[in-house]
Amino acid sequence: MRSIRAAATGAVILSLALAASACGGGSSTGGGSNDSPKTLTYWASNQGASIEVDKKVLKPELDKFEKQTGIKVKLEVVPWSDLLNRILTATTSGQGPDVLNIGNTWSASLQATGALLPWDAKNFDRIGGRDRFVDSALASTGVAGQDPAAVPLYSMAYALYYNKKMFADAGITRPPATWDELVADGKKLSKDGKWGLGAEGSNVSENIHHVFVFAKQHGADFFTADGKPDFTAPGVVAAVQQYVGLMAKDKIIAPGNAEYAQNQSVSDFAKGKNAMLLWQSASANLKSQGMSEDDYGIAPVPVQSGTPGAGRNVNSMVAGINLAVFKNTDNLDGATEFVKFMTSDAEQKVLNTAYSTVPPVRTAQSDAAFSAPDTSVLKDTLAKSAAALPQVTDESQFETAVGTAVKELFADAAAGRPVTAESVKAKLAKAQQQMPKK
Amino acid sequence: MTTTTAPAGGPAVDTSPSGAAAGGPRRRTGRLRRIGLPYLLLLPALVLELLVHLVPMVIGIVMSFKELTQFYIRDWGTAPWSGLDNYKVSVDFDAPVGEALLHSFLVTVGFTLLSVGLCWLIGTAAAVFMQDTFRGRGLLRALFLVPYALPVYAAVITWVFMFQHDNGLVNHVLHDQLGLTDKPSFWLIGDNSFLALLTVSVWKGWPFAFLIVMAGLQNIPKELYEAAALDGAGMWQQIRRITLPSLRPVNQVLVLVLFLWTFNDFNTPYVLFGKSAPAAADLISVHIYQASFVTWNFGTGSAMSVLLLLFLLLVTGGYLALTSRGRRTAA
Repeated sequence: MRSIRAAATGAVILSLALAASACGGGSSTGGGSNDSPKTLTYWASNQGASIEVDKKVLKPELDKFEKQTGIKVKLEVVPWSDLLNRILTATTSGQGPDVLNIGNTWSASLQATGALLPWDAKNFDRIGGRDRFVDSALASTGVAGQDPAAVPLYSMAYALYYNKKMFADAGITRPPATWDELVADGKKLSKDGKWGLGAEGSNVSENIHHVFVFAKQHGADFFTADGKPDFTAPGVVAAVQQYVGLMAKDKIIAPGNAEYAQNQSVSDFAKGKNAMLLWQSASANLKSQGMSEDDYGIAPVPVQSGTPGAGRNVNSMVAGINLAVFKNTDNLDGATEFVKFMTSDAEQKVLNTAYSTVPPVRTAQSDAAFSAPDTSVLKDTLAKSAAALPQVTDESQFETAVGTAVKELFADAAAGRPVTAESVKAKLAKAQQQMPKK
Repeated sequence: MTTTTAPAGGPAVDTSPSGAAAGGPRRRTGRLRRIGLPYLLLLPALVLELLVHLVPMVIGIVMSFKELTQFYIRDWGTAPWSGLDNYKVSVDFDAPVGEALLHSFLVTVGFTLLSVGLCWLIGTAAAVFMQDTFRGRGLLRALFLVPYALPVYAAVITWVFMFQHDNGLVNHVLHDQLGLTDKPSFWLIGDNSFLALLTVSVWKGWPFAFLIVMAGLQNIPKELYEAAALDGAGMWQQIRRITLPSLRPVNQVLVLVLFLWTFNDFNTPYVLFGKSAPAAADLISVHIYQASFVTWNFGTGSAMSVLLLLFLLLVTGGYLALTSRGRRTAA
């Protein structure tokens, strides 16, 4: 009898415990507190060649921070394939990190969720003021006119990487400055199983970054001034056609690149299969693949004519990583302190050197460490001829819809089907229909 | 949630009519204990079932009636009710979202029919041929089960390498060695992606059919075949008149399970094609994932999931009703 009673009691207790624990996971939607001032959780994005490399770079810095403030930082490096999903899940559940890295193109979309701490004047004052950051980087921190959802941490820009030996073998003396020159050079280089240029045709984000710049060069934008999608504007169609045309018409990109989505084009470049590559801050990646810095040169991304600059001569997006504070943090002061630490001159120098990126902090940027030829091309581009991707709340949907359209056009090109203005326009019209209606 | 304990215990007290009327307090508690104990012991399982299956399902259904976009996910109690709007968007086949969903649904139906059919055919054929004892039978059986035993992710990633345009094994064999194609084909993008997906799915699925049919074959008495052989039935006739009818109950379950697994398969297309699958291989599971996670519209994504759930319930219910009626009339 006693054992039965014990079993019954056990069963009831177990059920109650299960039910109670299910209810305990509710989300708190408060505005942050200082309940646990001694610890912070930090989600870093994968900036180095691998997650292990990131841990090695960040660990000593986090130890420094602990020594200064007594706050222990629990680090997790989240791979890019998971980061956005993890942030969305954290947003939904309210159980997230205290501080996190975000891709700067997500700023406006994440800003709309209200999950990130807005950087108003008061918060900016606590980390040394808004003026510490360069304007181009600040332009990618959220919708214009609203308080930024994050502060810039690392800045990157696209550049043209070219294989010096392959250029010399083909009798090309200097890197191309316009697309016509790039196509002419590419045709000389595309022979014997080698190709002029590499591309990531199935990588939706890469596609977006490139067609965005081409659209700027055609004087067009994917969104109207009031934030409505305008994907079928003539300039946009011409831009997409020109980019995909590098494979379809000019035939300087190997058809196989249409299915690349895992940075295979970087490996191809390191192995000498492609003579040119349009990439952001590729130095560290190329080094890890065994390509010496002496073997390649870095030049600005070509323009239609003239030299890189503003307006139609934009030649890169403002690429970069922003640092955000999760609004639900239980260590608000500590989180702010950590952002101040990470954006301090000293840390900016250490981190941006390790990742071959450019500091978005004015005083750090002028340091001699960032005047090497490769960084100075990126720095120049950011300062003079880079534009921020549309800071609209539908940015994430835009990347998916248009990026997929370009991917399908690359698939057409690879299969030998013509890529015409009509076929481009049809794909873009379909992409526009998939955007959310307001 | 805590209220779930009350109804489960409650009926046990109320539904003991004789106990309340006749017996003394001692007998009553004795009977109560006898009747209540099974329910009590089932309680943890019931609560777990509620937590793990029913609660998420109900939440999913609730979400499908809300406008749950990026503006509301942080505190989705505040998301406005949208009535049937999400469903209207999903089934409006003239508009792009509904049209894409319908296309994805049709692709999935075609893919599932082909995959289940081929899995069953290959699995059954292999099982029948492996009935006779011969040297190396055990080895072959083990070999056949390898695809089923491999972790899905590792296996499909290997297929991705094999299907690559430039360095893949498939193009190397088909194009370089056999010369069957004029130029190397693309398998992971464009229209061929359907074939690639089907190949991997069948490769992964048929060993299960093989395993189940093999088990079913063990139960067919040898005497039936011996009698048939004496009556002059050939091998084909034996398969048609003895093997297949005897396997009927096994097949009914097998086909249903294969159907549900294949229709809902997420891992294979996701690992093969990533977040945005080519139109020719746009399976509904990845399509719904894209509709919710990539475009951040969880309301519409949930509505599509509910529609998928209803469809699968309908098919499963219809299938079970049909097959059980068949069994009754046969008996």
